[in-house]
Amino acid sequence: MKSIADIKAIRDKMKPQINLRDNLDAEQETRIVVGMATCGISAGARPVFNAFVDDIASRQLKNVKVTRTGCMGMCALEPIVEVHVPGQDPVTYVHVDPDKARKIVANHIVNGNVCTEYLIGENK
Amino acid sequence: MRELALNILDIAENSVKAGASLVRVLVEAKDGRLTIEISDNGCGMDAEFVKRVTDPFTTTRTTRKVGMGIPLFKMAAEMADGTFSITSEKGVGTTVTATFVLDHIDRAPLGDLADTVVTLIGGECRSDFVFDVRVNGKGFVFDTRELKAELDGVPVGEPEVLVFVRDMIKENLIDIGGEKL
Repeated sequence: MKSIADIKAIRDKMKPQINLRDNLDAEQETRIVVGMATCGISAGARPVFNAFVDDIASRQLKNVKVTRTGCMGMCALEPIVEVHVPGQDPVTYVHVDPDKARKIVANHIVNGNVCTEYLIGENK
Repeated sequence: MRELALNILDIAENSVKAGASLVRVLVEAKDGRLTIEISDNGCGMDAEFVKRVTDPFTTTRTTRKVGMGIPLFKMAAEMADGTFSITSEKGVGTTVTATFVLDHIDRAPLGDLADTVVTLIGGECRSDFVFDVRVNGKGFVFDTRELKAELDGVPVGEPEVLVFVRDMIKENLIDIGGEKL
């Protein structure tokens, strides 16, 4: 059974990458922000957050952070996800589920193509 | 809210927003009852606000006038013949406690506690968490302060770290019989 002490292998592998990243400009970081207020949680934001975490870990993407925020003010469109890619306007996806989250990682984060079918304008 | 783990996520997220540096989550199944307690050292509430906090139309938010997290948790406890209490002191912190009759037909399942832990400690969260899970005398404690000490500067929110934490908590839950709660 795993314990906290077993994380040493991951730490030793990641430490050089973190040191290298610390030398980069923080603005070069891609941020995925998941709405995690009561409305988002009850609409399924937790599995979405975890799908992003899983996919980014399995693809070993560097400089991509998954983070959470409160209510974005459009509860009926939750789960809502904002993607902030450096140098580009933020993109807001609505009614996101784990499958859509994996597609957003593959198409938007990895290949740079916004998933237009999940955008807020397509789902009003 | 279909799982109690989602209520835990919601209430603990409020603790983070209240500026808590430490949030403790206790989940204990014992003598036919399930107890969930979330306590923090955040900004706390004054006595007048605590009296109204289970009202869904009471919130500290200024953008809208509803706050559903606490009322939904209270309702989940009452549906399962349980109890609900909240104590708070301004500048000291808040403790939310709910109990449930374990085999009550209307008790929501605990659900995926490991996913809740990962969601809480992920991102850019500066708060520390202690998760204490006990099932009929067996138990385990996960403390993010211990994790941070082992990580030695590697952020807790790194996806590879979060996947490890989720697997570790799932294994520990299975070991103590907590995955069936």
